Amino acid sequence: MALVIQRKPLSWLEKTYLPQILGGLKITLKHLFAPKVTLQYPEERPVIPENYRGVPTLVKDPNGREKCVSCQLCEFVCPPKAIRIWPGEIPENTETSHVEKAPDDFEIDMLRCIYCGLCQEVCPEEAIFLQDTFSVTGYTRDEFKFRKEKLYELGGTLPDRHYKWDKKKEAARRGNAH
Amino acid sequence: MDFITFLITVAKALAVVAVLMSFCAYAVLAERKVSAWIQGRVGPNRTTLPVIGSIPVIGPILTRLGMFQPMADGLKFLFKEDVTPAHVNRVFYVLAPVLALVPALVTVTVVPFGQYVSAAGEVVPLVLADLDIGILFVLAVSSLGVYGIILAGWASNSKYPFLGGIRGSAQMISYELAMGLSLLPVFMWVNAPGSDAALNLTAVVQGQQGWWLILWQPLSAFIFLVALFAETNRLPFDMPEAETELVGGFHTEYSSFKFGLFFVAEYAHIVIGSAVFTVLFLGGWHPFPGVPLQMEGLLGAIVSIGIFTSKVAALVFFFIWVRWTLPRFRYDQVMTLGWKVLLPLAIANLVFYALVIAAYDTLN
Ligand code: SF4
Ligand code: SF4
Repeated sequence: MALVIQRKPLSWLEKTYLPQILGGLKITLKHLFAPKVTLQYPEERPVIPENYRGVPTLVKDPNGREKCVSCQLCEFVCPPKAIRIWPGEIPENTETSHVEKAPDDFEIDMLRCIYCGLCQEVCPEEAIFLQDTFSVTGYTRDEFKFRKEKLYELGGTLPDRHYKWDKKKEAARRGNAH
Repeated sequence: MDFITFLITVAKALAVVAVLMSFCAYAVLAERKVSAWIQGRVGPNRTTLPVIGSIPVIGPILTRLGMFQPMADGLKFLFKEDVTPAHVNRVFYVLAPVLALVPALVTVTVVPFGQYVSAAGEVVPLVLADLDIGILFVLAVSSLGVYGIILAGWASNSKYPFLGGIRGSAQMISYELAMGLSLLPVFMWVNAPGSDAALNLTAVVQGQQGWWLILWQPLSAFIFLVALFAETNRLPFDMPEAETELVGGFHTEYSSFKFGLFFVAEYAHIVIGSAVFTVLFLGGWHPFPGVPLQMEGLLGAIVSIGIFTSKVAALVFFFIWVRWTLPRFRYDQVMTLGWKVLLPLAIANLVFYALVIAAYDTLN
């Protein structure tokens, strides 16, 4: 059913606009003295929510082990092909040699990345996270290609819930390979 | 006129223009600040100067208030690339911004901005040229400013500036009538029998030693103010500019310093308009209604200038405040308001005050 809204004809006073103009002036005057909402950016930083998708970064576990095992799943899933991985071998007789692989080098092109978060989602090792860095600047295209070192620097250490490889090592020591 | 008096006159004129221009620059700053505050922002607060900015306490406060911003703005206008489109009519294109600014600077010559009372009780108005036809001069010259807009619109040879120019001229014609008519009662009032005020602006101020004219003739003041908004192309009457409809209106094709001239001209017109309104309706340099200024000597002169400029500043603030409050009128509404409302109202107002003044004179 069509709804017809009855518009009241304007009263004489309303037709002069003046009361409305005065009302508007009152409102803007109130705002003139109201507290301001501006964030003084470089000095004040916005509060980044927990689930924010900033720059993708590589993280280490609390023992300082780099978590990425260069399985290259993220490289394959990345829609704009922003990730490039050079897989490498972990040398024998080290603390983590049972992990076998780690990236020799890892590159994310921040000019290509679309911050979709698929890499974080696909990673079986919980090694790559989109964290709170939201401002990336540089003068050349090359500066936007973040290499492994830079990615670990941005990523830092995140708490680990599993210590998967420590458990594996422990199990292997007790003679249970899996 | 001998050479020394000539030099003094030139110096005075330069001083007044310098003060007016810095007033304009700070009016731009005020516009930016007030608009920011009204919108819940803080406005320009970063620009600073090397030495003054690093004085403790004062430096940061001035920086926060954006006091150095006008210099940065001016420099920006000076050093930006000046693009002259190939399709413009060069002579008029260059002439237009000058024509927009010059009338505003010329009008200031007849606006009295203070008084000097000598020890003998003789009152000397502080004004560059105390013309007997002061208000006629103001009306005539200030309406020349619209030529800048029309020429800019025409010479740009492009559709949006053209529309802006046409709107500017139509609006100007519509509101000039109401403006002139709203002023007639003021001068009838001031030219009571026995006074030789003529059309002199100083005489209008001296006639307001008692109550101000805005209290005697609120309707005249109101019509004049509305017409003033229209003449200075301020929102809600900024038809020639109308950036949401006409890109930038008449100054769409202008860049760099030429645009800067238009920009300053707008504020110069606002400042001058406010000054004229202050002179005509707000009692000039008299501090309160019914309280004339009675200080002598140099101090009195400075106080009178101070009172006058603070009234002008308050009016400029009002202009800005209105701009950030009201939406723009539609073009046909502007025309309706001008021809069907303000003009009849101004005529009725004129007749009413003519009758009142006639009755008052015959009864006395
Ligand atoms: S970050 Fe994760 S998904 Fe990508 S290569 Fe390393 S382990 Fe595999
Ligand atoms: S966030 Fe998306 S686009 Fe960016 S690196 Fe990860 S998968 Fe690629």
